Amino acid sequence: MAVNSKEGLSPAGIALIGIVLLALLALTIAIARFHWGAWNLILAMAIATVKLILIALYFMRLRYSGRTLWVFAAAGFFWLLILVGLSLSDYLTRRGPY
Amino acid sequence: MRPAAKPEAPGLGRSETGAAGQFADLEHERSASLLGMWTFLATEVLFFGGMFTGYIVYRTFYAEAFREAGGHLDLFWGGVNTAVLLVSSAAVAMAVRAAGQGRGKSTAGWFFSAAALGAVFIAIKAHEYTRDYREHLMPLRDLPFRFPGPHADQARLFFNLYFVMTGVHALHLLIGMGLVLVLAALSWRGRFSGGRDAPVEAVGLYWHFVDAVWVFLYPLFYLMGR
Repeated sequence: MAVNSKEGLSPAGIALIGIVLLALLALTIAIARFHWGAWNLILAMAIATVKLILIALYFMRLRYSGRTLWVFAAAGFFWLLILVGLSLSDYLTRRGPY
Repeated sequence: MRPAAKPEAPGLGRSETGAAGQFADLEHERSASLLGMWTFLATEVLFFGGMFTGYIVYRTFYAEAFREAGGHLDLFWGGVNTAVLLVSSAAVAMAVRAAGQGRGKSTAGWFFSAAALGAVFIAIKAHEYTRDYREHLMPLRDLPFRFPGPHADQARLFFNLYFVMTGVHALHLLIGMGLVLVLAALSWRGRFSGGRDAPVEAVGLYWHFVDAVWVFLYPLFYLMGR
């Protein structure tokens, strides 16, 4: 299978994804108006992640790509997870001062 | 200078398929180009990731100060800029689609629209930076930094992160604008017709990546203090 298929979304599909992304932007701004403590951060990051996934799948056409590109796209985030995870495992379990 | 002799050995020049000599055909060249771009983007994820990690660590410690500081940013213009970038990404997706179908002039038009939206983003960002400067919220070099309340030092950290991260992002966007403008000119002249559109796809991926970075910068900096 080719690394990346040449097909992609139709213009209507691209417009639809664009509208969904703008709707998610409106949603995240609306949620920020409420004060739900930690949930504000969790929901904002969840919405941002959904937007990232939509951009990667449809605008960056991962949805129509072969496994190789999926692995390469995931690799950066996998290492980022290690970077953030190990950093926090240190900071969160040690008492300051830093 | 005499013109170079026509290359005969494989690995030089263009083969009869139109691909560069080291590739079997255009599809082979395209696969290599996409894989290379995704590899570069993985390094970019980690480049921005280091700064995001810094933000996460300091926000964990100084959540209250970061909320207060975030409240000083311009929610409205930040939101408009997010919308501008999302629409620009849709325009680039249209450009890549047009290039895949060999419609060079259409590609050029969509790329030009994306670059124009990029310019709008930069102009709004400049307006915001100017306001931050006037309000003494720009902790660069010897500039005075004034923040009301007991969290001034932590707020200074927030604004350091804000200016470095949005600044590096804006630099990426400027580079992206340069790239799409060059590609717009080339595709207008038909450079990417006949399946030779791999560069268009690669630059499209870069543009979407820059958009996706902002998708995270916006909530982390603008929305947390509301």
